Amino acid sequence: MFTQRHFLGIAGLTQEELLFLLDTAESFREISEREVKKVPTLRGKTIINLFYESSTRTRTSFEIAAKRLSADAINITASASSVTKGETLLDTARNLVAMRPAAIVIRHPSSGAPHFLARLVDCPVINAGDGTHEHPTQALLDLLTIRERKGSIAGLTVAIVGDVLHSRVARSNMLALTTLGAQVRLIGPRTLLPAEFRSWGVELHTDLRQGLAGADVVMALRLQRERQARNFFPSTEEYSRRFGISLAALAEAKPDVLIMHPGPMNRGVEIDSTVADGPYSVILDQVTNGVAVRMAILYLLTTQTQEVVEVEPTVRDEAAA
Amino acid sequence: MRIVIANGTVIDPANNLDAARDLLIEDGVVHAVELPGRFRGLEATQIDARGLIIAPGLIDMHVHLREPGYEYKETVLTGTQSAVAGGFTAVACMANTNPINDNGAVTRYILERARAANLARVFPIGALSKGLKGEELAEIGEMLEAGAIAISDDGRPVMDANLMRRALEYCSMFNVPISVHEEDLQLAAGGVMNEGPTAVRLGLRGIPNAAEDVMVARDITLARLTGGRVHVAHLSTNGAVALVRQAKAEGLPVTAEATPHHFSLTEEAVDGYNTNAKMAPPLRLAEDVAAVQEGLRDGTIDAIATDHAPHHRDEKEVEFDQAANGIVGLETALPLTLKLVESGILSLAEAVRKLTVNPARILGLPYGTLSLGAPADVVMFDPTGTWKVNPVKLRSKSKNTPFDQWEMKGKIVLTMVEGRVVYESRG
Repeated sequence: MFTQRHFLGIAGLTQEELLFLLDTAESFREISEREVKKVPTLRGKTIINLFYESSTRTRTSFEIAAKRLSADAINITASASSVTKGETLLDTARNLVAMRPAAIVIRHPSSGAPHFLARLVDCPVINAGDGTHEHPTQALLDLLTIRERKGSIAGLTVAIVGDVLHSRVARSNMLALTTLGAQVRLIGPRTLLPAEFRSWGVELHTDLRQGLAGADVVMALRLQRERQARNFFPSTEEYSRRFGISLAALAEAKPDVLIMHPGPMNRGVEIDSTVADGPYSVILDQVTNGVAVRMAILYLLTTQTQEVVEVEPTVRDEAAA
Repeated sequence: MRIVIANGTVIDPANNLDAARDLLIEDGVVHAVELPGRFRGLEATQIDARGLIIAPGLIDMHVHLREPGYEYKETVLTGTQSAVAGGFTAVACMANTNPINDNGAVTRYILERARAANLARVFPIGALSKGLKGEELAEIGEMLEAGAIAISDDGRPVMDANLMRRALEYCSMFNVPISVHEEDLQLAAGGVMNEGPTAVRLGLRGIPNAAEDVMVARDITLARLTGGRVHVAHLSTNGAVALVRQAKAEGLPVTAEATPHHFSLTEEAVDGYNTNAKMAPPLRLAEDVAAVQEGLRDGTIDAIATDHAPHHRDEKEVEFDQAANGIVGLETALPLTLKLVESGILSLAEAVRKLTVNPARILGLPYGTLSLGAPADVVMFDPTGTWKVNPVKLRSKSKNTPFDQWEMKGKIVLTMVEGRVVYESRG
């Protein structure tokens, strides 16, 4: 069961809730495999995608998810909105809510922006990435992808490599993976690896090969090149040499290791093309699963007045039809 | 005109007095402090202080009154209304107004506004640098002549060590302290809260303790070099407390203050992206709070000051990293300080000392005492009176407090400036 009004983060979710979300997402996956990729579940509902940061994958994924559920999806990007006229986030959101959407999906460069809105507007809020805090739907799609390949999450060793300090993907994944019983290792330069994460029950490594030894899953994080200017590391070349995922670096990982990346990739920086395009890569599966995860979240948050156990089979019925 | 305040307990730390006494005020001056009943039958306005503490009016050496320039946040009038409601009869206001108080004209303007408000005494603190830019010395002599009583770029650290050296040397001619906001901006690196587990969890950029510590160490070193008086404002870290303790042991002219929020709250108050827990310096860890409390206990920290920083709702109802720093503090300072008394960290007399005569002495003011002949600036409070914080009811024009709905113990009953009642609570 999932009874929260908003979907703001992985923090605070129980194992049962996470598994329920994954199961729900799984039941939606099949819709995208049909010839007519559309079900009437959210007909007449409006989903607003409010994006204050550029995004291709996540925004498109939410839009497609909404449309495949027959909702009307509206996309608003900060550069083309009243934000450029100085309107505050709160006013923008209140105005959008006055148009009665079923949910607002928000991506924002400020950590906590969705939480702030959730407190002050009367509409379900979905976090599509807030600053360096959380990116909960990304974590769910990562879990779904891992579960699809490995059967279960518990007991796996998952290495997250790169700029952990600034990564909302890393935070959400750490929370989700540890809740489901995986061993998490963080690998990166000391400057991007806050020691406080030890208290989350994860291991910290500054040596890539040591960190990758015996790993079942490797998640590479995107390296933002502007970090170099702030002296987190000397150069992207040096970073790449020490922390880039190459075939050689993977030698110590499990033979059936999964390679993941939330995108967009810097080929040749945090991940070598031979790895990204190689047989262990599930990077595009992640994207496919992203749609299913977002369908599940939209569905659960906008149909809460209905009895979830009743509605769920209709999705399956339609699938069978 | 005569006033007798009878049947209360007088606490006057400057005279080591903490006993049942009656107070006789004549023509705005403390005329006599005698055993209970001595003034019975005297023709005078009688004020019954049964069950109450009678203390010198509180002195807050660190507030922001926002006038001129930010009257939508606070004015000298609303700020001093808030002050007297919190038991304060004197406040020293920082220079980050608009225009900035970096010359005599602005200093005089603030004093005029204070005269017009006619509530608490207001003592402007002049800017250290022109425009608070940290580049050139402001008109220090002119501001002091106009009535400023200390110098500070508060809100901004003075990053140029040589400018700080010169300012200390220059101010030593006038024997006024420089109040220093200690935060190395490079180390703070755009942080918006304490660097620690909460920042990591919330994905917010952190400010390490070291940002404060290195600046405190620098300015103590400069106090040693110049003999100038350094007053460390709103001390927040374990390390800074230790540095000040060491400086005092060495006999350097270093004093320090702590705010009620830094001795009452930890960084966890930020949870949920609470912008009313956003301040500079940031709320720290429990070990820092304990160190600040210990600093208050052992005398390392001389004064309790609020850093009263009113902000409009619109400046707090935004994304956390966009929100303004600071909280209002005048009306919650005494009860928060009394919590330290309740937990045995300070005696009631010591608590009063840090809110009265200590800041007065640092600033060179003749207030903060009930000595005979002193101006009758008096506060009467009920140490056991309870109330619940309701931001809407605060006198300050701004309502940005993290203590919303807190149960407070310690209620101001009456505040008097020079024998004139400027605040009286009903019921």
